[in-house]
Amino acid sequence: MSSTERPGLTGGADPAERAGWGEHPPRMGFFTDTSVCIGCKACEVACKEWNTVPEDGLELTGMSFDNTIGLSASTWRHVAFIEQQAPVGVPALPTLPAVPGQAAGIRGGLSGPAVPGPDGVDGAMRWLMSSDVCKHCSEAGCLDVCPTGALMRTEFGTVVVQDDVCNGCGYCVPACPFGVIGRRADDGGAHKCTLCYDRLGVGMEPACAKACPTDSIQFGPLDELRERARARVNDLVEAGHPEAQLYLEGADNGIGGAGAFFLLLDEPEVYGLPPDPVVPTRSLPRMWKHAGLAAAGVGAMVLTAFLGSRTDVR
Amino acid sequence: MSTSQPGPAPARGTNRGPAQSNGGRHARQGQRQGRRGSGRGEQFMVPRAEFRSYYGRPVIKEPVWKEPDVPAYLFFGGLAGASSVLAAAAQLTGRPGLARAAKAAALGGISISTVALINDLGRPARFHHMLRVFKLSSPMSVGSWILSAYGPAAGAAALSDFTGILPAAGAAATAGAALLGPAVTTYTAVLLCDTAVPAWHEAHREMPYVFAGSAASAAGGFALLAAPAREAEPARRLAIVGAAVELTAKKLLERRLQSRAEPYQTGRAGALLRAGEIVTFCGLAGAGLSRRSRAGSAVSGLALLAASALTRFGIFEAGRISARYPEYTIVPQRERKQAREAEAGAAGRSGRP
Repeated sequence: MSSTERPGLTGGADPAERAGWGEHPPRMGFFTDTSVCIGCKACEVACKEWNTVPEDGLELTGMSFDNTIGLSASTWRHVAFIEQQAPVGVPALPTLPAVPGQAAGIRGGLSGPAVPGPDGVDGAMRWLMSSDVCKHCSEAGCLDVCPTGALMRTEFGTVVVQDDVCNGCGYCVPACPFGVIGRRADDGGAHKCTLCYDRLGVGMEPACAKACPTDSIQFGPLDELRERARARVNDLVEAGHPEAQLYLEGADNGIGGAGAFFLLLDEPEVYGLPPDPVVPTRSLPRMWKHAGLAAAGVGAMVLTAFLGSRTDVR
Repeated sequence: MSTSQPGPAPARGTNRGPAQSNGGRHARQGQRQGRRGSGRGEQFMVPRAEFRSYYGRPVIKEPVWKEPDVPAYLFFGGLAGASSVLAAAAQLTGRPGLARAAKAAALGGISISTVALINDLGRPARFHHMLRVFKLSSPMSVGSWILSAYGPAAGAAALSDFTGILPAAGAAATAGAALLGPAVTTYTAVLLCDTAVPAWHEAHREMPYVFAGSAASAAGGFALLAAPAREAEPARRLAIVGAAVELTAKKLLERRLQSRAEPYQTGRAGALLRAGEIVTFCGLAGAGLSRRSRAGSAVSGLALLAASALTRFGIFEAGRISARYPEYTIVPQRERKQAREAEAGAAGRSGRP
């Protein structure tokens, strides 16, 4: 069986159920529609404030408006900024349909007047913005490899770290195919987005989604979000944006589906996302098989060493 | 970020070489280049793949595991595990001196290995949390349980031998340690490979054999150094076989990974692994030629120990490098995705009526 077809050890269509939750709420998650992100970073601030995430460096990077750099133990929302020369004739992004309680007519994908590009092609400057977050994978590498049980699957299908259990082994850090989770130097523990587990428990939406002024970050039951995302990407393609694509919205990827998925206007790697992420644990049965064979090999090597060595004992 | 990513990381906001930001549509394009040519003079025949990234930033996180803690944990664990098998075989075939030396290596090795592992934890006082659960999906959990059974067995075997008390229990402990020892040598390979670190994960097929060979070579090397000369012949053979297995497995690894083996061939990791190879060859030759020389045997054994350690440090460093630069993550994934899409496209066309 191919390793990419095999269901993961802790994933599956309903991760909460597989984790042993009996009756549980529907799987909740994020749909981040980057086409309406305006780069205000309210999500970053709201996340830090609500979750009391400590400061993690105040430096200027020169990476457009991004001085946050990336997700880490102390950054659970990260807004990426990409400045591009848009191809000639790319139309303005269509407005979102009006959402109750929100002003209609929000348009993302800021574009300016046509200017000559550096390669001699005329085109408007295009500014891509995207708020990145933990993907809460159906097959979560961090959760799979955690040796203490500190990382757990919640009844909402999300993945959280129990800080009072984590012993800071750091295994989750390289096990994440997205580079989300990190270890803090000061407290030695691993930390990441909890999808505001505390707020979910009392029926509130996560702080970042609550703070997002354009509904670029949408929170809700994953099934609903997927429907909405498919409609939105169709609208964009029809409006002349064939590059619009959904990232991780289905279950047919190397992480068995995500609790947080995205609508992107360029390839994932442009936003710092892996183009074809696969949870490392998918190959684990094969790895254990090779480790077993190699262990038997140690026995065989010792046996070989002793065969015919009888004569030296005097 | 600065507080959560200890260890060397690329300077903030700096692109490594080719990722210019000219504001163009392909602003974040880069090329695989930079560390090429600093290898052993080999030229890679694969075309340089273009890739795009976010300001040259890594996609995955570099392991936070420290040097020398984790490579030392790998090396000493391997030395211990293989030594326990050697000790049992020596005891069974009536070589008490060899058995004692190997038991000492097992106890010393596993002690240092465990201390290094605990010292690497972010919260060392909670090391016992490793034994809260047993998870087959976590090589570190499996390894912790193996260690918690193996460590006491290796300790009891050695202490009984040194003191002469409870010989029956000592024999049982020797047998137990010998049964668990091989697992101690190879689970660490799975531990490294079960990560998103490209150089480690892509090498998961060969890594356990590299570790097994490296461990056998180290155990044989230590016994050559410490055991009485008249009992050392099996240790010599083990060292030679182990070194040969390690070298072969590493060659197979590099051949299968082709251009993706670059992290193992260039930079500091490449230097460590090349040095390891050279020292292995010296140790191999020395072990083969020094049958009548006590000093020659000891030097050969020392060389093989050093070679095994160099291998572990080199493999560890290669993984860190492959995590640090985005092309190692992006290019294979992009190629895989495009191949899959091409295949789906071809299937779709042929399926049309």
